[in-house]
Amino acid sequence: MSDFLSVFLAVVLALLVAPMLQKNTDTVWANLRQITFVKKNGVLVSTYLLGAVFIWVGLMIVAPQLYMVDFSFRDGAIGGDPEAYTLKNYSYLIFGRDSDENLFNLLHLQIFLKTILASVGVTLLAFLLCYPIAYYLAQSTKGGTTRLFLIALILPFWVNEILRAFAFRILFGSSGVINVVLMGMGILDEPIDFIKADIAMYAGLSYAYILLMVFPIYNAIESLDHNQIEAARDLGSPWWRIHYRVVIPYAKPGIASGCTMVFMLSAGALAVPQILGGPSSLWFTQIIYDWFFTGGDWSRGSAYAFVLLFSCIIFVLAVMKFFKVNLGELAK
Amino acid sequence: MSSGVDLEHVTIRFGDFTAVDDANLAIRKGEFFSFLGPSGCGKTTILRAVSGFNEPTEGTIRINGSDMRGIGPNKRPTALIFQNLALFPLMSVADNIAFGLEVEGVKYIERRRRAEELLDLIALSGQGDKMVSELSGGQKQRVAIARALAVEPEVLLLDEPLSALDLKLRQHMRSELRNIQQRVGITFIYITHDQGEALTMSDRIAVMSAGVIEQVGDGSTIYNEPETAFVASFVGENNPFYGKVVKVDGEYAQIQNKFGLLRGRNTQDMSVGDSAILFVRPEALSLVEGNDTTPAENVIESTILAEEFEGPSIHIHMEGDTEKRISFSVSNEGKGTHLKVGDTAKICFEVNRAIVLPEGDLADE
Ligand SMILES: Nc1ncnc2c1ncn2[C@@H]1O[C@H](COP(=O)(O)OP(=O)(O)OP(=O)(O)O)[C@@H](O)[C@H]1O
Ligand SMILES: [Mg+2]
Repeated sequence: MSDFLSVFLAVVLALLVAPMLQKNTDTVWANLRQITFVKKNGVLVSTYLLGAVFIWVGLMIVAPQLYMVDFSFRDGAIGGDPEAYTLKNYSYLIFGRDSDENLFNLLHLQIFLKTILASVGVTLLAFLLCYPIAYYLAQSTKGGTTRLFLIALILPFWVNEILRAFAFRILFGSSGVINVVLMGMGILDEPIDFIKADIAMYAGLSYAYILLMVFPIYNAIESLDHNQIEAARDLGSPWWRIHYRVVIPYAKPGIASGCTMVFMLSAGALAVPQILGGPSSLWFTQIIYDWFFTGGDWSRGSAYAFVLLFSCIIFVLAVMKFFKVNLGELAK
Repeated sequence: MSSGVDLEHVTIRFGDFTAVDDANLAIRKGEFFSFLGPSGCGKTTILRAVSGFNEPTEGTIRINGSDMRGIGPNKRPTALIFQNLALFPLMSVADNIAFGLEVEGVKYIERRRRAEELLDLIALSGQGDKMVSELSGGQKQRVAIARALAVEPEVLLLDEPLSALDLKLRQHMRSELRNIQQRVGITFIYITHDQGEALTMSDRIAVMSAGVIEQVGDGSTIYNEPETAFVASFVGENNPFYGKVVKVDGEYAQIQNKFGLLRGRNTQDMSVGDSAILFVRPEALSLVEGNDTTPAENVIESTILAEEFEGPSIHIHMEGDTEKRISFSVSNEGKGTHLKVGDTAKICFEVNRAIVLPEGDLADE
C-alpha cells in the first residue's frame, strides 16, 4: 500500500496509544474524567462513542477519500511515473488529449454539464411529485391513514434498486406496459422509445429517491400549526398563496434537505443510468466507472470523481445561499 | 332581517355526536356578543361555522341577511382570531398585519401605510419591522387583532384569545379589547369559558351547555335572572336547595326542603308538585344573630364545616342538603367571628333574592 496510508495510520495509532504508555496514566485518567462529555456518559460509553465516530468518520470516510485525493494527483497511466505529482488527470477532463483537434474535451464536459443539469431536473421533478404528497400526509390525514400511506411509500423500497430499475425498463420499454396501453387506447400509432429519449432514466431517478424527498418535507410540514393555514385562508388567501407564503417558507429546511440529498444522489447515481439510460447518452458516473474498471486508470477516475463531488457541493452551497438556508437547518 | 349575524336552527353534528343543537340567535351589528360555557360545550364549533371552516349540518347562518352556506372562509366578511393566535412566525409584524391586504393585491407602499395605521391603533407604533418572536404575549395578542382588522371584516370572531395570558395582562387586555371594539364599531363575537371576561366586556352573552344555548341576555340578566339551573350555577357562585314546589302564590313559589319551607321568586311558571331548585347567591345570605330577631321564613339551620379568613371578609361553609356545601361570607368587623367549626348556626335570606327554577343539571365546579 502507499506510504500515505501507512503514515496516516501510524499517526492515528500513536495518538491513541501514546497517553496509555505514559507513566502518569493516573493523571491522564483523572484529567479525562474532568471532561463534561466523559462525566455525562461514563468512561466506557464515551470511549465507545468517540471510538465509533472516529472509526466511522476517520477511517471509513476521511481516510479513503484523502487517499483518493492523493491518487488523483498522480500519473496512473501505463508507463507513467507513479511517484511524481501531476495535474494531468484534471486537465484531461477540461482539455482532453493534446492531439485532439478541439481545444476542450467537449465530450466529457458535455456529459458533466448534462449530468448536473439533469440532476437539477430530476430534483425538481421529485420535489413537484413529493411536496403535495408530503403536505397531504402531514396536514390532511389522521394517524392511521398517515401510517398506511407511509408504509405504502416505504414498502416498494424493500425491492432492491437494480430490480426496480429493471421494472422501469419493462414499464417504459417499446413493448412495455405504457406503450401498449397508449397504443391500445389509440393515442399512439407507434411506440415511443422512452429509453432512448432518456425519459425512463429521469423517471427512474426521480422515483429512486422519492423517500428522501418525502420524509424531510413531511417532517417539516407536520410541525406546522394547522391554525396558520386556516388563518391565512380566513384572511382571504387562495390555496396557492397559502403554500407560497406560509407553508413553503416554513418547510424550507426540509425542502432544502430533501433537494440536497436527491440532487447529490442523482448526480452520483450509477445503477439507474446504466440500466435505464439510452444507448447514446452517458451519465458522468459512468465515465468515472469506466476509468476505474475499463480504462484501468484509477488516478484519472479519482480526479473525475472529485470534480463531480466538489462541483455538486459548491452548487448545493450556492443554491442554499440563494434561498437563505443555513447548513445547520438541514439537520432539523 | 337584522344586519348582524343570525343563526337559524343551527345544528352541527360530527358523526353521531351533536356538538351544537338547534341554536337560534340574532347577533346585532356592532354588538360585543359572547359565548360563555364550559370546555367542550361547542363554542369553538359555532365560531368555526360562522367563519366558514365547517358547515352546519342543519340550519342557516346569515351574515348581513345573506345565507352563508357554501361560501368559504376566505370569502366571508369575517375574521377569526385563533386561540393560539396563529401569527406567521417567519413574517415581520407589519407583514403579518398586511397579509390580508397582500392577498387583496394592495401595493407594498399602501400596505405599509395601512399596517402603520393599525400599529398606531394597537399602540405598537414603529414596531412593524420586528419579528413576531420578539414581541411579548400581550403585544402578539394585539398584532393578531390588527391582522384581523386589516381586512376590514364586518364581524370579528375571537376564540378565547386571552386564555394564554396571565391574570394581570388578561384584565388589561379586556378593557383594551372593549376599547378597540368601540373605536372600530364592528361586531365582535367572543368566546370564553371565563364568566368574569364575559360579564365585563359583553353587551350580551349566550350561555351554552353541552351544545345547547341555555340563555341569552346581558350580563345583569344572566346573573340576576337565570332561566335554568345550569345558568344559575355556572355564572357566579350560587347555593342550590332541592325540593318539590308545595305552594305557588303570585310571583313566588315555595319548596319543601330538608331545611324546611323555602320561598323564592317564581320566574319560570313552576306549579305545585314540580321538582325544583331554589338558588340563593352567597351575598344574599346573612347570619341570624340572637334569637329574638329570627325572621319568619327562609331560615336555614346547619352545621359549620369550615371557615376561611380572606381579610375583608370571612368565608363560611355550612352543610347543605346535598354534598355541595352552603357558602357565604360575613364581613370582617375586626374581632373575627364567634362561630366555630362544628357549631350550628342560622342563616336567612330575603324572598326576592332567591329564585326557584326547574330541576336540572348544575355546572361542574
Ligand atoms: N372535528 C371534530 N370531530 C369530532 N368531534 C369534534 C370535532 N370538533 C369538535 N368536536 C367535539 O365537539 C365538542 C365541542 O367542541 P368545541 O371545540 O366546540 O368545544 P369548546 O366549547 O370550544 O371547548 P373549549 O372551551 O375546550 O375550547 C367536543 O366534544 C369535541 O370533542
Ligand atoms: Mg374552543
